[in-house]
Amino acid sequence: MKPSFFSAAWRLISGWLFTRGRGGVDLKRRWIDYAFFGAFVILLIVTAMMSDVFFTQRNLSNLMRQTVTNGLLSLGMLIVILTGGIDLSVGPIVALTGIMVAGFSNQGMPLPLALLICLGVGAAVGAVNGFFIARFKLQPFIVTLATLGAIRGLVYVYSDIPITPTDPAFRASLGAGMVGPFPIAALIMLACFPLVWFFLNRTRSGRAIVAIGGNEEAVRLAGINVTWNIFLAYILSGLFAALAGVILASRLGISQPSVGAGFELDAIAACVIGGAILGGGGGSTFGTLAGVGALGMIDNLLNLFNVQSYYQQILKGVIILVAVLARRKQR
Amino acid sequence: MVDNDFLVMRGISKSFDGTQALKGVNFCARLGEVHAIVGENGAGKSTLMKILAGALHRDAGEILLDGSPVLINSPFAAHQLGIRAVYQEFSLVRHLSVTENILLGQMPSGRLKWLLDWKKAHQQAEEKLAEIGFTGLDVRTQVARLSVSQQQMVEIAKAAVTRPRIWILDEPSAVLSQEELNRLFEVIQKLKQESALILYISHRLEEVYQVADRITVLKDGELIGTVSPREADQNRLIRMMVGRDLGEFFPKRQPRPGEEALRVQDFSREGWFDKISLSVRHGEIVGLFGLVGSGRTQVARCIFGADPHNTGDVFLEGQPVRLRSPGEAVRMGIAFLTEDRKRDGLVMNCSIVDNASLATLNQVSKFGVLDIKKRDERVQEKVEELSIHPTQISRLVRQLSGGNQQKVILAKWLLSQAHVLIMDEPTRGVDVATKVEIYRLISDLADRGVGVLLISSELPEILGMSDRALVMREGALVGEFTRTQASEERLLACAAGVVQ
Repeated sequence: MKPSFFSAAWRLISGWLFTRGRGGVDLKRRWIDYAFFGAFVILLIVTAMMSDVFFTQRNLSNLMRQTVTNGLLSLGMLIVILTGGIDLSVGPIVALTGIMVAGFSNQGMPLPLALLICLGVGAAVGAVNGFFIARFKLQPFIVTLATLGAIRGLVYVYSDIPITPTDPAFRASLGAGMVGPFPIAALIMLACFPLVWFFLNRTRSGRAIVAIGGNEEAVRLAGINVTWNIFLAYILSGLFAALAGVILASRLGISQPSVGAGFELDAIAACVIGGAILGGGGGSTFGTLAGVGALGMIDNLLNLFNVQSYYQQILKGVIILVAVLARRKQR
Repeated sequence: MVDNDFLVMRGISKSFDGTQALKGVNFCARLGEVHAIVGENGAGKSTLMKILAGALHRDAGEILLDGSPVLINSPFAAHQLGIRAVYQEFSLVRHLSVTENILLGQMPSGRLKWLLDWKKAHQQAEEKLAEIGFTGLDVRTQVARLSVSQQQMVEIAKAAVTRPRIWILDEPSAVLSQEELNRLFEVIQKLKQESALILYISHRLEEVYQVADRITVLKDGELIGTVSPREADQNRLIRMMVGRDLGEFFPKRQPRPGEEALRVQDFSREGWFDKISLSVRHGEIVGLFGLVGSGRTQVARCIFGADPHNTGDVFLEGQPVRLRSPGEAVRMGIAFLTEDRKRDGLVMNCSIVDNASLATLNQVSKFGVLDIKKRDERVQEKVEELSIHPTQISRLVRQLSGGNQQKVILAKWLLSQAHVLIMDEPTRGVDVATKVEIYRLISDLADRGVGVLLISSELPEILGMSDRALVMREGALVGEFTRTQASEERLLACAAGVVQ
């Protein structure tokens, strides 16, 4: 695996490093836009083919399940990033809704109702974020940093020990359920991508959100309620985090109050690898999906090749940097 | 003749995404002259200058300084060769003081190497400003607190530190009032006396004639010719620029003012403007003139609900209304074209269709879901009506020329079918041909019964377009002139507070 992995990586990086210079700028940009992911995906597939486990149905459905959390979080994160903001509080929301849904289940509450309440809780946390950011024009980083800590505290107030739901239906439905060869959870996540695409491209609020990240004042002067749309973006992010939390709890079959640390970073990474620009003005659902897939595949592959998880983190960091460098704005 | 040319750019070509922006341009200029470069938007002026300044790389051609070829592959290389560019968007650090900006990177140190000698620094900065003939500015002030023209002076002083031989002034006058412009001209004369070459890019032909020794005309990426102001009058220059006669600059119209469309009464915002009362009728174009800083824009923003006001009332169609946000103003049928399209007029990273439909998304949606087909058709129609180029509505606004960007904003407000249109400097930074188109459009709108409040610091525009002209000075409305009463001298005297 090693020689091909490195030679392909080298070609990718050297091509980027050494085609700099006059005249090549436009061509290079196009090359990056269309070829970056192509090269990356080919690289991953080649690597995957070297593993005899990767293309087993068991591993693939595992891979899909593992990307669900980050996929959902990234969608919410994308919406927020498009407004020019950021949402650091998604990790604790995952923990909070996960532990709540487990608690509700053990109290005998029907699952759909528990799910609904948890979605409401996620939306409510998002609304708190959105309220302070949109209404009082506070910096998104600071506001969601504050809720990041506060919600984590709330999780431990709710339960400082893991909760294991006893109801077997809890796992069977969302976490382990399959439709044919596909995990239900993955199908839900995949369905959310076109939904968010539709929201961003075909609804009034979606177009406003995309435009707000580009130039908030111009949007406001066009008569659009900017405050409401930013508020909405954080609610949606909270909602997706809640959905991710419930599904994760269901997949693991146990809800830890400590779960979700660093999840916001993976979500931001997926968006950025997919071409989103922190501060607004760029980003797409397709790119984000690619980013989620790429990150998921890296994790999965390195696991298959028994690479220690610490190395995985290092590699992920490198990949994020390379992706952002390659896509950085050219003059 | 050629021996005199200090700067020679030979066969310069450049293309962007397949569009040829410059086609083998041969450009020469001498030291000790003010050389104006004019042309419509998209003619290639800025591209040519950016290549000289090292901000863009040429595809072909060579640049000679004093007879020897030079390599300019970065702004830094240009600086080293004594070429400095002052762009419309300043490169100042807004939250630092004037001193720090002027001496950026070369602040004097005290006895200890790592300590700054502030006293010396302020002194040096003051000297630099005095050198270009600009005094009376506290160099300890934060740049963000300066007026635009003061910032420009700081920018020039900063560039002057390295004693450049070639100056590139890209639309230096776009944001200046007449008074400030005169000060800029003095500075330019001073630089010229020190035998520098000043390359002056501008849309305003009047000032080109005031300041330039020679004028070079570019059109569609080609150099049409270099003339002296004495041998070519404005009409000839315009013909060279657009390749045709423009006919009447300002459209002739028979104003038929109808009912009152908009009235504001005793309108005040503390610290900005005081007790403004004005009215605009349907089918009337009311010009609002004033020097930069007189509060014109603020009045417009407050009427539109973009900023709060303290006292006073707004009436639409005779009915009192309270506009607390731009959203409410838009719903009540007011449109507001802002003066700075990059800052608050357009979302540069979005497409033509996104920008043009922004104010009217509710007209093309049901339950919040857009009818894309309807939206695109409506925008496409306006794009063709206003002959916006390119006509593909999916193009990013960022890639359009200034004139076409301005038309996109116009399309946005035309789609909203407002009956009161407030326009703040609608022709700033657009080429002559587009200017004429915009004037025709405003005139057509008025003929169709729209009430237009036209804010401008260009006197010919106010005089040529308005049925009635109002003048503001220091936050107060100080004069009202009918079309027959209005003259350049009167308006200017009124705006400057000179008693005639």
